[in-house]
Amino acid sequence: MSKAVVDLVKTRFPDAVLSSHDYRGDETIVVPRERLLEVVRFLKDTPGAAMDFFVDLTCVDWPGREPRFDVVIHLKSHPQGHRIRVKVPVPEGDCVCPSLAGIYRAADWFEREAYDMYGVRFDGHPDLRRILLYDEFEGFPLRKDYPKTQRRPLVQAREDAPPQPAPFPERPH
Amino acid sequence: MGGMTGGGGDQGKAPPAGVLALKADQLFAWARKWSVFQYPFVTACCAMEFMSAMCSHFDMSRFGAEIPRWSPRQADVLWVVGTITHKQAPVLKRIHDQMCEPKWVVAFGTCAAVGGFYDNYATLQGIDKIIPCDVYIPGCPPRPEAVLDGLMLLQEKIGRGDPSLHQQAAAGDVRKAG
Repeated sequence: MSKAVVDLVKTRFPDAVLSSHDYRGDETIVVPRERLLEVVRFLKDTPGAAMDFFVDLTCVDWPGREPRFDVVIHLKSHPQGHRIRVKVPVPEGDCVCPSLAGIYRAADWFEREAYDMYGVRFDGHPDLRRILLYDEFEGFPLRKDYPKTQRRPLVQAREDAPPQPAPFPERPH
Repeated sequence: MGGMTGGGGDQGKAPPAGVLALKADQLFAWARKWSVFQYPFVTACCAMEFMSAMCSHFDMSRFGAEIPRWSPRQADVLWVVGTITHKQAPVLKRIHDQMCEPKWVVAFGTCAAVGGFYDNYATLQGIDKIIPCDVYIPGCPPRPEAVLDGLMLLQEKIGRGDPSLHQQAAAGDVRKAG
């Protein structure tokens, strides 16, 4: 199954796999961003892996961790029927990850969404701008430190609009 | 009873038989009440309930509110059906600005009324933040009975000849709105 793919990558790039684990048969490898493009290209082009289908790209914010973000990529092979998850740690200070849009065209909009919500910039992306939010929006709302009650309206509220109700109180954790 | 009385303006006398005596604005209000042309601004899952209320099981056309108009210029009532995001707010505002007087606004469902459970960065917390709203229909989504009740409330309001909230706001009189 996918374990064979992980072994394949480890054999080919012994120094590019920072760690790997599986959860109920779903294999994950953690790859430094400097090596991401060659690893993904290898996964796509090697017959034993044949990851021809780009499933998903998203991001996770780990506040307090260094590096703070994980870019998470899911790939699937139609001929082999197996999957793999690739995680790429990205630090907050230099929040850049190489773009996969040159390898999988489908990655284009996923990377724009990750940029829109988390502010991770994708190096080499053909058209990196916000995809869901409007251009006037400031900040990245799915970062854990984005204020929960922060609003960025495009239309100014009417002067006689009813008052905003108080937000729900914070629950103790 | 009552023969011809000559002058039309004397108060307190019963009108002659076969003559409908009322003021022109009452007549207009009555006509508007029973021919509500609607513009559905439909953005989310509430649309399904709006269709349900429109179609033959509940049949909104019984109330004269049969015809959706796909141009705001031809509509009397703006139905805001579903969640409105901040990104969409300028579009809604523009549609409302394009409607001719007199015009009314109905917030259909909790999201349109107060933002619903989308208390987050993306969602406008109620359409009344940007346009005056005459009737709020709660529910997630509202049942068709609630929708028809909201429509009847609005018709009562139109039939009374009340100025719409929009007109009151334009006259700087919004606090009197009931």
